[in-house]
Amino acid sequence: MTRIATLQGDELEGGIALLGGPYSNHRALRAGLEDARRRGAARIFCLGDLGGFGPNPGAIYPLLAARDVTTIAGNYDRSLAERLHDCGCGYTHPDDNHYARLSYAYTDRHTTDEQRAWLGTLPDGVRFERGGRRYLLCHGSPRRTNEFLWESACSDAFLLRLARDAEADTIVCTHTGLHWQRLLPGGVRVINVGSIGRPANDGRPNVWYAWLAPGSEEAAFIPVDYDHEAMAAEMEAERLPAPFVETIRGGWWTTCLEILPARERARGRF
Amino acid sequence: MRSSIPLAQAPAVPALALDTVWFQVAGTLCNLRCRHCFIACGPTNRAHDYMDRESVRGHLREAESLGVRDVYFTGGEPFLHRDLVGILDDALRIAPTSVLTNATLLTPALVRELAALRDASRYSLEMRVSLDGITPEQNDPIRGPGTFDDTLRGAQHLSDGGFLPIITVTQTWDDADDRRLREGFHALLRARGIERPRVKILPLFKIGREASRTRGYAPEELLTPAHMDGYDPWLLQCSTSRMVTSRGVYVCPILINVPSARMAETLGASLRPFPLAHGACHTCWATGATCRN
Repeated sequence: MTRIATLQGDELEGGIALLGGPYSNHRALRAGLEDARRRGAARIFCLGDLGGFGPNPGAIYPLLAARDVTTIAGNYDRSLAERLHDCGCGYTHPDDNHYARLSYAYTDRHTTDEQRAWLGTLPDGVRFERGGRRYLLCHGSPRRTNEFLWESACSDAFLLRLARDAEADTIVCTHTGLHWQRLLPGGVRVINVGSIGRPANDGRPNVWYAWLAPGSEEAAFIPVDYDHEAMAAEMEAERLPAPFVETIRGGWWTTCLEILPARERARGRF
Repeated sequence: MRSSIPLAQAPAVPALALDTVWFQVAGTLCNLRCRHCFIACGPTNRAHDYMDRESVRGHLREAESLGVRDVYFTGGEPFLHRDLVGILDDALRIAPTSVLTNATLLTPALVRELAALRDASRYSLEMRVSLDGITPEQNDPIRGPGTFDDTLRGAQHLSDGGFLPIITVTQTWDDADDRRLREGFHALLRARGIERPRVKILPLFKIGREASRTRGYAPEELLTPAHMDGYDPWLLQCSTSRMVTSRGVYVCPILINVPSARMAETLGASLRPFPLAHGACHTCWATGATCRN
């Protein structure tokens, strides 16, 4: 990763909301931002992948602007900014790539030049100090925007190496869509904030974000209910693939499953 | 026909990190003798021998100190190794672990032992099962008489034990048939009660026994520095993984019978650039293939 923004400010000691990929789910993002406001968030971060999966990607941008959300570029955002032909999600299986192509083509068609230019200004990561700890926020991993950090597929040794190389005490990431955190020997913490735009493959339609309460370095994962039925109807109106709509309604992932490690796959239905 | 070029003319891939460590835990010993095996494994091939548990432990400790992300066990047939369950127990304490097997030696009792290891670890235990056709007529000429049924029986034992085995298929057909065959594998597995089939397709490597089944690499199937212009070395597994056998540390799982692919005695010393001088390197480059899951 090349462009890392370093932040300073007293508000970083306050409550911090960390939101993963919105994937064009503007209704869920709105509900998540509202929840963070109610908790008194001093600062809100979005860890990238604004588009993909959901309908009408343009609806995401004003929500981020209105709440002064500090946003990091995900692979989707980088691809759109650079007008690449592929989302760069990092899938390796043809079945995963099939659906990834459909959602990227839709998002690409509905992204304006102005939006692409703004995506091109986003940093790859954000650093700050909070409570004496060095935080690094990124999309996939500190070293690769599209690297998947799955809970059951990352050894302690590997995460410690990433943290050491990144000179961080806390790594915050998304990209997988599943939230988890681990406190490692020596006090390093890794927080995957999950996704604000897609349910967590648990049969429940709500989405999740991570909350760092004032004075706490341990994340609380916050479930967010929203009008998923209205989102499903909007996706149908936009003729997005039926399996995507099924995920919004039922909370189980139906596509891009082959990348999942055994344990995470076993927890789902498909 | 040449299958490699002088090392000095080959582009080199850097060692970016040690993410993945492979163990040739059963050496080149296998109960099968597949006709496309790129390392020509069989019941009597001791080119690489069994690795003892203590030796694997030593390499695991070093791998952990180097920040390894995940660990793979292959052969030959890993379940020929009498200490495999213990070795997997050692590995799962350190990292996510995968086993590549033909599944013909799996019994319900053995699968129960594996399930207990899986449930005791916070890391994934992945079982990869090799199968090369959707009918005995397609599979058995490559893998041996009766192997279609024996392998599917083993895969069913895994499924009954709560595993989601990844059926790993070597692509012995034309690209045009790709989608139809993948759907064929899914249908076959569902018909056998494996409700959530996972299928990984690997390219053919035209070395080992495969070189005589079809053909070896042609002179134009070698990489030059121009091939690596603008190519992300991250996509080549040799930039982030190594293979440990009874004979030392090799650059990757494919080239363990190539003397110049032996990098060192230890993992730490093996992390140096590797010249992509072999026909098999061209296959990885062209297909983006990785032996990982």
